[in-house]
Order: sequence, then structure tokens, then C-alpha cells
Amino acid sequence: MVKRIIKTSKPSLPGPEDIYRVVLSNGITVLARSNFNSPSISMGGYLPAGAIFESDAKLGLADFVSSSLMRGTQTRNFDEIYNELESVGASMGFDSGVHNLSFGGRTLVEDLPLLLKLLSESLQTPTFPPDEVEKLRAQWLTGLAIRAQDTSDMAAMAFDEMLFAGHPYSRPSDGYVETIQSITRDDMEKFHRQYFGPRDMVIAIVGAIEPKKAVEAVSQVLGGWQVPGQGRADALPPHKPLKKTVKRHHALAGKSQSDLVIGMVGPSRNDPEYLSASLGNSVLGQFGMMGRIGDVVREKSGLAYYASSSLGAGIGPGTWEVSAGVNPKNLKKAIDLIEKELRRFIKSGVTKEELADSQANYIGRLPLSLESNSGVASAMLSIERYNLGADYYQRYEGMVRKVTRSDVLETARKYITPDRLVIATAGP
Amino acid sequence: MANKITQVTLKNGMKIMLKEIHTAPIISSWIWYRVGSKDEPTGKTGISHWTEHMQFKGTKKFPANILDKAISREGGRWNASTSHDSTRYYETMPADKIDLALRLESDRMKNSIYNEKEVASERTVIISEREGHENEPMFRLGEAVQQSAFRVHPYHHEIIGDMTDLHAITRDDLYQHYRMYYVPNNAVLTIAGDFETKEMLKRIKELFERIPKGPTPLRLKRVEPEQKGEVRLSVEGPGETTFIQAAYRFPNATHPDFFPLQVVDSLLTGASGLSYKTARLYRALVDKEYAVDVSGWSESTIDPYLYRITITNHPKRKPEESIAVLDEEIKKLQEVLISKDEITRAVKQARAVFAYGSENITHQAFWMGYVEMFSSYEWFTTYLDKLAKVTPQDVQRVAQKYLQSKSRVVGMYIPSGVEA
Repeated sequence: MVKRIIKTSKPSLPGPEDIYRVVLSNGITVLARSNFNSPSISMGGYLPAGAIFESDAKLGLADFVSSSLMRGTQTRNFDEIYNELESVGASMGFDSGVHNLSFGGRTLVEDLPLLLKLLSESLQTPTFPPDEVEKLRAQWLTGLAIRAQDTSDMAAMAFDEMLFAGHPYSRPSDGYVETIQSITRDDMEKFHRQYFGPRDMVIAIVGAIEPKKAVEAVSQVLGGWQVPGQGRADALPPHKPLKKTVKRHHALAGKSQSDLVIGMVGPSRNDPEYLSASLGNSVLGQFGMMGRIGDVVREKSGLAYYASSSLGAGIGPGTWEVSAGVNPKNLKKAIDLIEKELRRFIKSGVTKEELADSQANYIGRLPLSLESNSGVASAMLSIERYNLGADYYQRYEGMVRKVTRSDVLETARKYITPDRLVIATAGP
Repeated sequence: MANKITQVTLKNGMKIMLKEIHTAPIISSWIWYRVGSKDEPTGKTGISHWTEHMQFKGTKKFPANILDKAISREGGRWNASTSHDSTRYYETMPADKIDLALRLESDRMKNSIYNEKEVASERTVIISEREGHENEPMFRLGEAVQQSAFRVHPYHHEIIGDMTDLHAITRDDLYQHYRMYYVPNNAVLTIAGDFETKEMLKRIKELFERIPKGPTPLRLKRVEPEQKGEVRLSVEGPGETTFIQAAYRFPNATHPDFFPLQVVDSLLTGASGLSYKTARLYRALVDKEYAVDVSGWSESTIDPYLYRITITNHPKRKPEESIAVLDEEIKKLQEVLISKDEITRAVKQARAVFAYGSENITHQAFWMGYVEMFSSYEWFTTYLDKLAKVTPQDVQRVAQKYLQSKSRVVGMYIPSGVEA
């Protein structure tokens, strides 16, 4: 037995001593951390210009805007933008969620100035060229036609629509056919003018560069961005709790597998119970081969190739859901098994051993998740977004170990409601 | 990127490849067996992939339930996959926990149980996995194209196997497959990360060298005859979107033409792992609104395989129009010499993709074994140089030789329209 295969590298978790954080005078927060092991850089960030600002009639507007940002700017057309990026093996992209527009990219360190220049132009001076917008719209509509045929997408959409009825979280951020057709170029320009700006924007740079230089590079291209009157989102409306179980089946002919999503509201990322919920969820449907859910649905009954549970925790109310893909004739059987597991979970909670296993897993896997530059960048962005504190990953082990069986049980009982579930299915 | 590695062959024929990387307290260990879907005769399709699943069902020492938990408990990440040419298992662990992975792999090289009940339950899991694939138009089209491209060679069938075989394969078939191919002289162990080579090697010898050598398994070899004339096919199914897949025959990864063809691939559909909006086919098909997307895919294989171009057709276009544009672009590549700059660009792109990959220890252990399956580590370390030596004339020559209509298969997914 190898007692210890001598370790020569120190585990270095990001912390206050090596996360460099500067807030520029226009409100942009820059985070930087160096890693000289590879000549590459990972860049990521967000600004509050998400789908929360769009009306029901224009659903998908924020996402459409985000996809159009690199289709042309005041300085470069679509082809020039991508030619610059692809010629040097760099990449960059934008995406839109409910609250934020997020962006990310990677490059060899020598081309970081180029990447940042393109980021800055795309954010500040997109022109939404009409022909490009129309091309993109046609691509988008095909994407929606493909989505309409995807059993897991359709089950997930039905789930959100039922769980968050009347709340912005009920809406698919890529919209519907009618709403995408109704969006005009003017809508896009207006959205950009009203909601894009430096206030509350965050950018993280990780890789083969001194942190100070990274901040200077960002400041050079984005430090002068000023948007007086940049719009602010209203507070989220309250979410209406379910009174009973609701079900919906989305029929899709010609499919050989059905997908199901069963669940309820979960904690938000900032809720004090988040970590106990997360550890509980690990036992329920993650740990080992997809936890207890994987064990009963896949291992013991052979009903599904995948069956697991997950938490979707962000700024507002989260989700706690179980999903699986099963043969259509086994749909009811799988749902019954999952409901039974949820009941068992809130009746007796987790065993001492199960909790210890998941705690050990959470602590042990941390260095793995922070291995690549992009892993570190997203960890730093989470710290910033949820205000977790710069020493979060250094305190992490202690916080994980502190969670007790009764914390998990109490949290599970607060959220998991086997008599008030949302059950969404899609398939034949 | 530092490429220094240690390569050793144990007394029982098992090959070991070690690469020390001291950037993070992590070790990634991969074990590779020289068996994949290419070794499966008619009636046993999917058996390599199913065997891979069975390898998670436990040994006496590591029973099923204990096994997956043991790795996860230590914070490890582990999984397995089966390809045309190989089956591989990996564990990426905190450095001080890697011994568990090594003990597990040495044990399940010969002591897996293959219990009848587990075989029965896994049968339905794999059937369910296949049913999930069948939900996807692209899987159905890809499968049809592949089986038309290979009438004789076992690249004919999908790795997951045909439904009829998934119903018919028995416990004994699986066990026999396992015993035949899972011998040390048919295995390669590749490890990268935070360890000292001498100590690691000592431990590997303790655990693996005592496993007896077996007869070296022969690999199924049936050469695909030359295709004479284009094959066209269509698959029908639900939806509103038409997909087109054109498959050209590419040589195996050690063929000298493989490298100029990588440049061809990058010119037509972009460099692997990057966006491809300036690739020739994107400009011709997507920018000009014949398609809403186009992508290309070639694989590094032991035997000659395919380069597949997949087009998501624009709703207002007929598939024939897009195929005509594709043909036009290929003709251009065959007739007009590209500039030297285009090769320089392809090399720079590849250099960037290599740099991103080197951030990740799992990735580095993967690459050692991956190339060993069809070539040697040198293939990997000389990749950028070989790419840089490609000339515009090479590119023109291979475009003429390999991108021929008469040896391609063109498949179409024809949607039946909106169905509720």
C-alpha cells in the first residue's frame, strides 16, 4: 500500500490572498487570479440584463439580444469579429438567464487584449444589423422546432410552467415561436440601451497573467463605459405555493422514450439551508451512481439509463427536482418509485454513514472542480454573485462538516412535499 | 507543454505510461483495453459497451454498492466509455487517494462477478439508453449513414449495439467477452498528476504484475471493399427539421494523409473545440441561408473511418440545394490552392486547443492512452509539427483523393411534419 505518494504541490484554494478584486469607478467589479501552468486564459462574467426585463409578449428578447451581440458592432461586422477570434484559436460567447446576461471566453494569453476588445465592443456598441438579425431569427425558430421534439426539454418546460405559474421563473428564456416572431430590431436596440451598462457588471480573468495586469487590461477597454439611467429590475414577485399535486403530459408521437421531471420549490443559493439541502440531495439522487433514486430506478429495477435528482438554486426560489428517461410503458412505475423515495426521505432522512459519505465527497472533490482556469473563474463569480465571502472555499470544509443529520432532515421536511408535487412528462 | 513521460511494459505484457504533473494535488488514472465495437461479430453487437457497464457491478472485494461509493466518498470522479476501438475506465482523485483506484482496477481486471440478476437489470438499462438515443433524429440518421458506409467492416454498427442483440446477448456471452479481452497484455494504464514516478511504478507492479497474462486476443479484421458510386438514403421521423449527413471516407490516424485532412476539416467546418463561423461551409451554407447550422467530425481510428458533415437545413430550402452548395465548396478546395496563411492559422488554432487541454490533468492522462490505442505517444507530441509541415499542395491532393462523391454516403432525415 502506498502510504503517501509524496505530494509536492500544495492544495491552493482560491482565497482573499490570491483573488485580486477591484471595483472600477464605473461600477464594474474585476476579479483576477493567476495560474502560470498553462499559457491560456479563461474569462467570464455577467451583468444584470436578463430575461426579467422582458414582457410576456416579447419572451426571448434578452436571449435574442445576447445572441446578436457578436453579429456586428460599430467597428466590425460579423465575419470580422469571428475571423479575429478564430484565427488565434480564441473563443467567446454570450448567454442570457432570468437575471443576468453572462459571457465567457478563452484565449492564449498573448491574445487577451483582443478578446477583451471584442468583449467591450460587443457589450457597448452592437449594431444589430437587420440581415444578421433575420438570419439569426430563422436559426432560432429552427432551434425551437427541434426543442418541440425533445422529450427532456418539453418535460422541463412543462415543469417550470406549472411550478412557477404566474412568476417570471415560469418562462422559457428562449421564448416561443410567436414571441420570437414578434421581436423587432427596435426592441433589441431599446433593450440594449435601457439595460446594458457597467453598474453591477462582474468580470473574472484567470490564467497566465499577473492579476494587476489583468485588471489594467479590463479597465483599458471597459473603464470608460458610462450609462446614465441604466435600468434596474423590480423585486421578484412572491411565488405561490402549490396546494396539491399537479400533472401534465406533453404528447410527442414517434418517440421511444419518455422523460419525466418531478419536484417542487427548493432553497435559493443564499438560504441558510442551502448546504444541508445540497448534501441531502446528494444522498437522494447524486452520490455514487445517482444516489437513492439511481439505486431504485436504475440499479434495482433497470427502468432507466438515467435517474437522478438536482437542486437548481439561484437568486430567487430554486427547484428541487428528480428527472429520468424511461420506456413509455414504465412511466407510472418510475413515478411511483420516485414518490415513494421522496416519502421515505422526509420520514427518516439520511443515515449517519450516508451523510458522512456525501460530506467526504464534497470536500474531496473541491480541488477537482478548481483544476482548470474556467473552474476557478466560475468559483470566483459565484462568490461574487451570492456574496459568499472571498474565503468561502477555504471555509468550505468546515461548513460541510458542520451539517448534521437533523439539519438535513429538517431542510428536507421544509421543502420536499410528496403530497404537493409537480409531475411533468413528455413522450408518446 | 512538457511532454516527458515514462513508458514501461510489465512482465505480463501490460503497458504503463506515467506523466508527472505537479500543478494541483490531483491524479488521474485511466485503464484502456484494446477492445471496442469493431471487435463485435454479427449477433453480438453492443457487447463491449455492455461489458463496460457490467464492470461496475462488482467483484467479491468491491461489491457493486461498495464500489461506486468508495470512489465518490474520496471525492473522486470516475466513469468509463466504449468507442469503436477501445474500452476505457478512469478515476480522477485527490492525489493521496489514488491507491483506491489502482486497487479497484487491478481487482476488476480479473475478478468481476457477472451475476445473472445484474445482467438482467442492466439489459433493460441499456435498452433504455438506446431508446433515449432513438428519440434523437441525429442518432437515427447517423446510424443509417454508418451502416450504409460499412457493409463488411464492423464499424458498421453503433457502439450501443442493435436492439435485437441487446435482447439476445447472455450472461455467458458477456463473461466470455470479459475473460477474453480483459487481460494485462491487452491493457494500457495511463496515469498523470501529482506523484513520483518511481514510487508509483512500484505500486503498480505490486498490484498488476501478478495478474497472469492471457492469450493475446485477436482483433476482428474485415476490410471494407471499395465503394463504387455514391449511396443516398433517407430516414423518416417526427419533427419539422430536415438534417443532411454526408460521410466521406477518411484514412486511419497513422496514415500520412491524416494530417493534411485535419487542415481540410478545419478549413471546411472549423477547428475542433472552437467556434466555426469563419469556416468555409459555415460561410457558404449558413451565412447564405441554405442551412441553419453545419458541423464536421472526423475520428482518429485504427482502421479507415469517416469524415461526416452534418447540415441542419434551412426550412425554406430543399436538401438538394444545400448538397449542391456543399459540392461547390469541395470543388473549390480541389481546384484552388489554399494560401500558406490558412495552414498557419490551423496550426495556431491547434496550439490554443492543446494549451486549454493542458490545464486539465484528467485530459492529459486521457490523451496518453487515447493515442496509444491507434499509434504511440509520439503521434501526440509531434502533432503540431506534422500539422505545420502540411503544404497547400498536400491539402489540394487529399481533397481530390478523399472528398469524392462516388465514395460517399449522403443521408437525409425527412421530417413527417408537426405532430401533436
